[in-house]
Amino acid sequence: MSQGLIPLHRLPVGSRGRVRQINITGAVRRRMLDLGLTFSTEVAVLQKSPSGDPTAYFIRGAVVALRSQEASQILVAPVD
Amino acid sequence: MFLTRQSTGSSGAKGYLPDGLVVALAGNPNTGKSTVFNSLTGMKQHTGNWTGKTVAYARGRYRYRGLDYILVDLPGSYSLLASSVEEEVARDFICFEHPAVTVVVVDATCLERNLNLVLQILEITAHVVVCVNLLDEAKRKKIRLDLSALSRILGIPVVGTNAREGQGLEQLQEAVSRVASGKLLADSLKITYSRPVEEAVALLEPAVRKLIPADLDSRWVSLRLLDGDSTLDRSLNRFLNTYLHQNEVLTAKIAEAKALLKKESGGKTASDLIVTAIFETAENIARRVTAAAVDQARQWDRRLDRLLTSKGFGIPVMLALLGVLFWITITGANYPSQLLATALFWIEGRLSNIILATGAPPWLHGALVTGVYRTLAWVVSVMLPPMAIFFPLFTFLEDLGYLPRVAFNLDHFFKKAGAHGKQVLTMCMGFGCNAAGVVACRIIDSPRERLIAILTNNFVPCNGRFPTLVVLATIFLGGPRGFSGSLAATVVILGVIVLGVMVTLVISKILSQTILKGFSSTFALELPPYRRPQLGRILVRSFIDRTLFVLSRAVIVAAPAGLVIWLMVNLKIGALSVLDYSARFLQPFGELLGMDGYIIMAFLLGFPANEIVIPILIMSYLATGSLMDLGCLNQLQMLLVENGWTWLTAVCVMLFSLNHFPCGTTLLTIHRETRSIKWTAVAFLIPTLTGIIICFLVAQTARLLGLA
Repeated sequence: MSQGLIPLHRLPVGSRGRVRQINITGAVRRRMLDLGLTFSTEVAVLQKSPSGDPTAYFIRGAVVALRSQEASQILVAPVD
Repeated sequence: MFLTRQSTGSSGAKGYLPDGLVVALAGNPNTGKSTVFNSLTGMKQHTGNWTGKTVAYARGRYRYRGLDYILVDLPGSYSLLASSVEEEVARDFICFEHPAVTVVVVDATCLERNLNLVLQILEITAHVVVCVNLLDEAKRKKIRLDLSALSRILGIPVVGTNAREGQGLEQLQEAVSRVASGKLLADSLKITYSRPVEEAVALLEPAVRKLIPADLDSRWVSLRLLDGDSTLDRSLNRFLNTYLHQNEVLTAKIAEAKALLKKESGGKTASDLIVTAIFETAENIARRVTAAAVDQARQWDRRLDRLLTSKGFGIPVMLALLGVLFWITITGANYPSQLLATALFWIEGRLSNIILATGAPPWLHGALVTGVYRTLAWVVSVMLPPMAIFFPLFTFLEDLGYLPRVAFNLDHFFKKAGAHGKQVLTMCMGFGCNAAGVVACRIIDSPRERLIAILTNNFVPCNGRFPTLVVLATIFLGGPRGFSGSLAATVVILGVIVLGVMVTLVISKILSQTILKGFSSTFALELPPYRRPQLGRILVRSFIDRTLFVLSRAVIVAAPAGLVIWLMVNLKIGALSVLDYSARFLQPFGELLGMDGYIIMAFLLGFPANEIVIPILIMSYLATGSLMDLGCLNQLQMLLVENGWTWLTAVCVMLFSLNHFPCGTTLLTIHRETRSIKWTAVAFLIPTLTGIIICFLVAQTARLLGLA
């Protein structure tokens, strides 16, 4: 793992991160890309669901919920 | 069915059919695409039929300035890169059916994401009109869009609309007609990719151009080949009989181009580079034409989400909302129900007189009036009021955008059960009709999870069973009529729903650990912006699409069923009727489950449609007991109590109603969706066995404890 990068699901609610690495392959990767989770996309963490997973993210003007299973494979650099 | 040239009888000219110009309507889900469609065509579309895995699309027509247009509503999709069936269908239509114009409906409040699709479509065809819909929502959210700048950048007409109010549709039709007539073909925007991609395309494109028809964009096909999109190859085979991958020269070129790309880009894949470039272009354009502090614009949505999906309140608020829904339904349905019953039974008297006056034999009078008519009257008076109240309320929540939030709230439980969070959405559809719920399971991509959702959909009480639950809860568990009574009944119904969800989770878990082993797949759920629901549209839609549809189905089934019951009651073998014989035979089994033989018989005879279970029961009891006028719930209660019903009977009937075999229509749908007799049988057995076990346990426990 590169320096300063954290998995998306660890990014605290209310903060933002920039996508640096997507460690998924195949169809799931395609799905993530189609959602707009491409390299250097800014993602804001909106809120967790009542049981803490999934989490709602603000991605390119849309709100998308992802389970930590997928979000943990996406590495982001926190943005201030 | 796919709409192919053959099936539509095309003359072969581009975008023209003998009876009009073909206009495709594309767009992300939730952009108001169907509203645009309905406003333009005046709701005269054929509703899409769902055969097999093919997603069909609605077609409608409109006239503008003396020309006929055929509007084809493509399935909503975020992209054309074909990661789902919907996307593949939409792409194939635009690509191979050559519509004269493709209208892309985009959501003004979410331009960036929507532009992704616009840009992808522009790579295939320049005959595009962008329809920026939901401008009123954007205005409310203080998002300002410069549409003429957008049009300039994209090089195609851009029209702003508020389709729900009918605003901008004239301009949209004008733009479509101008593009169709070829008057407006400017240079449309084409995405420029990074150097490695462009070099690879340059290497590949000449070879591709030789192999495909001239009306297909060779640059676009080259990009897809680099991308490794196998679905396009399949479609090329089907539509054009072209086998690209069988061409050795081309296969070699593809390998060469891919190798070049890999070397130049430092190991990145073509698909990453392509998607990134499209999104960056979309981002760039959106930034140039949008003036709004997006964060501020969405504050209201965020606030609502913080409440509706919060840790502490999310689930309680959800239950409370559902409770309010049921409470309004129960209290509101009571009075009109009685009124309807009185009216319909008054008609029965008149009808009776007329038939007798014609000198018809008594058996004919009995079969028609006490058989067919009375069953119909019951179905209508018991079912119509709760449906007419419940469906608009439910549609309100649906239009508001609340249902995806429910899926968001509950996903965790479904993940634990090895199922998909979107199963919640299919369950919501099941509230209307389980057959519709089963069809809705197509939104789940993983076959394993889709099957789980199909097999368990019946644990959500559809509206055919909903009135049974409401009536019994009101009579036996609500106590005295009035405020506290309807409140108690509400709590009971809510309990039944929660039980249904819990049974769904348990069965899903069991399935995913036994015959449908596996882990939960990817979950990405869009939470669309909240929309202010439109009351008029809700009333019309919920009444026509749901209430009338379900009621007519019930009536169609109830009429012959009424006749069958009447025959069973009146055909005597010795002193007993056929119904009595059957009920006596089933009596021991019924007793084990806390019910009686007549009830089991009613469930069996209610197989064609659950709506008629209670009417059948009433008919069977009336045939043996004293005949009376069943004007209201009090009298129904008396009838049931006379026939030995206790609170335990009511509870067991409610439980069995929740957990028993799906109705005939639903089973047929399951068979069509799974194409397997085996899974249809499993879908029959799972809820039936669950119901038998639950009723047995409840009845025996209650008796053992001396509670009943």
